[in-house]
This record gives sequence, C-alpha cells and structure tokens, in this order.
Amino acid sequence: MAVRARALSKTFCMHLQGGLELPVVDGAAFEVRAGECVVLGGPSGAGKSSILKMLYGNYAASSGEILIRHGGELVDLVAASPRLVLAIRRETLGYVSQFLRTVPRVAAVDVVAEPLVLRGANTAVARERASEMLDRLNLPQRLWQLPPATFSGGEQQRVNIARGFITDHPVLLLDEPTASLDAANRRIVIELIAEKKAKGVAQIGIFHDEEVREAVADRIIDVRGFAPARAA
Amino acid sequence: MMRLQEMPLLSVEGLSRYYGERVGCRDVSFEVYPGEVLAIVGESGSGKTTLLNCISTRLEPSTGSVSYRMRDGAMRDLYRMSEAERRLLMRTDWGFVHQNPADGLRMTVSAGANVGERLMAVGERHYGRIRDTATHWLSRVEIAEDRIDDQPRAFSGGMRQRLQIARNLVTGPRLVFMDEPTGGLDVSVQARLLDLLRGLVNDLGLAAIVVTHDLAVARLLSHRMIVMKDGRVVEEGLTDRVLDDPQAPYTQLLVSSILQV
Ligand SMILES: Nc1ncnc2c1ncn2[C@@H]1O[C@H](COP(=O)(O)OP(=O)(O)OP(=O)(O)O)[C@@H](O)[C@H]1O
Ligand SMILES: Nc1ncnc2c1ncn2[C@@H]1O[C@H](COP(=O)(O)OP(=O)(O)OP(=O)(O)O)[C@@H](O)[C@H]1O
Ligand SMILES: [Mg+2]
Ligand SMILES: [Mg+2]
Repeated sequence: MAVRARALSKTFCMHLQGGLELPVVDGAAFEVRAGECVVLGGPSGAGKSSILKMLYGNYAASSGEILIRHGGELVDLVAASPRLVLAIRRETLGYVSQFLRTVPRVAAVDVVAEPLVLRGANTAVARERASEMLDRLNLPQRLWQLPPATFSGGEQQRVNIARGFITDHPVLLLDEPTASLDAANRRIVIELIAEKKAKGVAQIGIFHDEEVREAVADRIIDVRGFAPARAA
Repeated sequence: MMRLQEMPLLSVEGLSRYYGERVGCRDVSFEVYPGEVLAIVGESGSGKTTLLNCISTRLEPSTGSVSYRMRDGAMRDLYRMSEAERRLLMRTDWGFVHQNPADGLRMTVSAGANVGERLMAVGERHYGRIRDTATHWLSRVEIAEDRIDDQPRAFSGGMRQRLQIARNLVTGPRLVFMDEPTGGLDVSVQARLLDLLRGLVNDLGLAAIVVTHDLAVARLLSHRMIVMKDGRVVEEGLTDRVLDDPQAPYTQLLVSSILQV
C-alpha cells in the first residue's frame, strides 16, 4: 500500500459569505497500491480536484487521515508539519497540476529540471534529462530556452507533464494532464503513465478524456460515493 | 544525534512590542529552520516591520525571547548576549536587505567598495581577493563588471537593490532578513529581482525571513507563511496551502482582494 485515505472530509468555511459552510467531501476512503493507477471519477464539482489537492497537502483536510509511505515509514499527511509536507513532496509525492504556474524568466528546460535539482542532482545532468523529456513530448526545441509564460495551452501543459514525470517519486498525482493535448501527445502521456506503473509508482489521476481513462485506469473510484449529505 | 539541519536556526517565543499604549506586535511565536524561507504578510500597520526588527535585534522587544543557533550548535538568547557578540553575529551570520537601498548601502562609495567593505569587516585583508570576490558577486547579481567603480547614486532602483543583495550575501550569511525587498520597484524590475533572489536562496541554501505585503512575492519565494493582523499572527502554514485554502477570515479577505497569485 502506497497511499491510504480514511474518513477524509473537506468543508470550506466561507467567511466572506457570512461563514457559509460548504461541505464538498465526506468520509472518503480508498487505498492505492504501488504500480497501480487509480482514477477519480464523477461529474464536475463532485470534489475530485479537492481530494487530489488534499492528497498533496495543498488543501487542508477538515478531518480524517491520509497515510503515505514516505522513506519506509507511514506518515499522516493531514497531521504533518509544513516542513514534513515539503520533504514528502520532494522525495515521495509528485503532482501534475492542470495548469502550469509560470515563474518569470525561468527557461522551460529549467522549469522541467527543477524537481531533480531540488533533490540534489547535478544541474547539467538534470538539464539533459529535462531535454529528453521535452523532446519526447514533442516540444519544439526552439522553445526550450524560453520561459513558458507565452507558450500555448498545450505547450505549457507538456512542460508541466515533463516536470511531473521527470522524477522517480513513488507516488504521482495527475489532475487532467491531457486536457489540452492533441491525440499524438495524449498517446505519449498514456505511455508515460504505463512506464511509471511498470516501475511500481502509485498513480492517482483525474481524466475527463474517455480514451485516456480506458487506457490507464486499473480502477475507477466514483467520488459521488463521498458526497456530503445534502441539507434538505 | 540530530543533525543541525533538523534543528531550528531561529526560535521566537511570545514576542510582543508595544509603543506606549499602541501595539506593534503581540505574542508572536515561530521557528525558522536552516534553508527555509518564511514570508510575513499582512496589511499596512499589522506589525511586520516591528516583528522583523525585534527578531533581528534592531528593536528591543517588550516581552518574549528570540534565540538563535550559533555555528557551534548552541542556542543563544539574542537579548542576553553582549552588544559586541550581537554585532559580530550581524556582521558574520546575518544579512539585512532594506526596502530602500539607500538604507543598506553607502551611496558615496563605489559599488565594488560597498561589497568589499563587508568582506573587510569579517577580516579579509588581501586587496586582490577582495576585488575578485566583489566582481564575482556583482556579476552574480547581474551588474556589469565595468560598473564596479561607479557609485550606487548612478544606479537605477533595481540595480541598487541588486547591489544591496550582493553586499549582504558576500559574507556567506546563514540568515537573511528582508523588508519589502521588491517594494517601490517597477513590475518588470520586480520580476527580475525575484527571480534572482529565488535562485540565490536555492543555490546558497539560505534561510530567509521576508516581509512583504505582496502575496505573489510570498508565493514565489517562501516555503512557509505567517499572516499578521493588528499585531497578531492570524494564520500560518505551508505557503501554497495558506494561499489556496485560507482558513482565517482575514486571510480569505486578503487572498480574495487580489486578482490572482
Ligand atoms: N478553494 C476553494 N474554496 C471554496 N470552494 C472550493 C474551493 N475549491 C473547490 N471548491 C468547491 O468544491 C466543490 C468541488 O470542487 P472540485 O474542484 O473538487 O470539483 P471537481 O470534481 O474537480 O470538478 P471538475 O470536474 O469541474 O474539475 C465545488 O463546489 C467547488 O466550487
Ligand atoms: N516608532 C513607532 N512609534 C509608535 N508607533 C509605531 C512605531 N513604529 C510602528 N508603530 C506602530 O506599530 C504598528 C505596526 O507598525 P509596523 O511598522 O510594524 O507595520 P507594518 O506591518 O510593517 O506596516 P507597513 O506594511 O505599512 O510597513 C502600527 O500601528 C504603527 O503605527
Ligand atoms: Mg477538477
Ligand atoms: Mg513595514
């Protein structure tokens, strides 16, 4: 078992709306094993991204626990200190967000290489690996040295994917990584996911695209099962 | 034995500062670890500068303590040190980047001397080495070598700020305090400076405490954030968590009042 969520709930308290309580996830429970790709399914607004963001420590869980195997130990991400969350992200937990958050003036190749550099890799080696990833994802070479801020949606997404897949994190979270890609690049992402499975990486993803979902999912978890009871 | 990396570098406990009846900051506690960048955010008058000055020994707290891990591993209360010990610490272990470069630079000596002076203050005497190191640091902050003999008076705001950063980092500090390091600069100049700071902090493994009212600066530079209001800490946590899922009413207001960070 690589990740296990238990009794995981999320309620937003909107203080600017007079303290309105917005429950979005209630009692989510699931397990993901090494080498498995689990897809979170359900309609728009059902809470898929919120669950993924809690798994990354980006949203605070309101209650419950998220156990994750980190350096041979099981750690509860919900209770972890910010420093521990950062260490888990550095060593254990990768994340491909739906949109790339660009940093001014940093070249695409360095955006991709950064997770390796943060883990102590030599900069030249990391750039080499980053170039291989960008090449594989068909990003035109003339763009590699440019900051991605001005790239098209699909180009930014490929930079984001390269950055997410470059490390050997044992757990990978994927929030619609193929949303703005063409068919050829979607197939490459499917290949990348399959290779991660073969290496024993546990993957949890959201994929709206039917074809991709069919190709990668070992199991689909319908998050409607974790819907909060609606107040009548 | 715990490695030094795993023990706090700075520890602030129950720190308050009053200006007569008025509250500067009240009952603030937090820790900073080696290599960690902490952002302190909050609206004007919330006590950010007061707090930063109290922890960097520039302003005496009314109550509370500030402890710092010395290079030998011992934790020392900054306000129980002698003045001489404190001064040595500020020269050798710390940097302080002011919002206004004129407060942190000597405007009437050359750029090279502004950097070299700090090296001399920690005992370097060899002229050639001082000049080489100064040149190296100017290039690291993207100031052309042929400007080394110019005075900062002749520099743009962005260049002055970069020079102030070089002056502070040349001695290899372990902790750098910054008060609104990008305040008062044009947006494009800010972006360049931020990018530079981000690279330097990563490369040097510096710990830093950055006061800013700009949430985008906090997002880009910091690992952790403290949100202040009326002198108190109202929220703290991982930077992206505080910005994307703010819990305190005031943090929600702060995050919602900006377009996008
Ligand atoms: N930071 C936030 N603050 C307040 N409400 C939020 C926040 N993030 C998500 N929500 C709310 O939580 C609910 C679930 O949203 P979420 O993004 O998790 O859905 P989703 O299943 O990923 O939808 P989609 O398929 O459209 O991406 C929505 O009602 C959304 O408005
Ligand atoms: N020397 C002083 N004498 C009296 N009151 C002071 C003094 N310095 C600060 N204050 C007060 O203490 C409070 C906190 O001020 P401080 O300068 O720490 O705020 P800040 O968060 O840094 O604000 P800004 O974003 O405007 O720089 C304010 O109410 C301020 O008026
Ligand atoms: Mg979503
Ligand atoms: Mg201030």
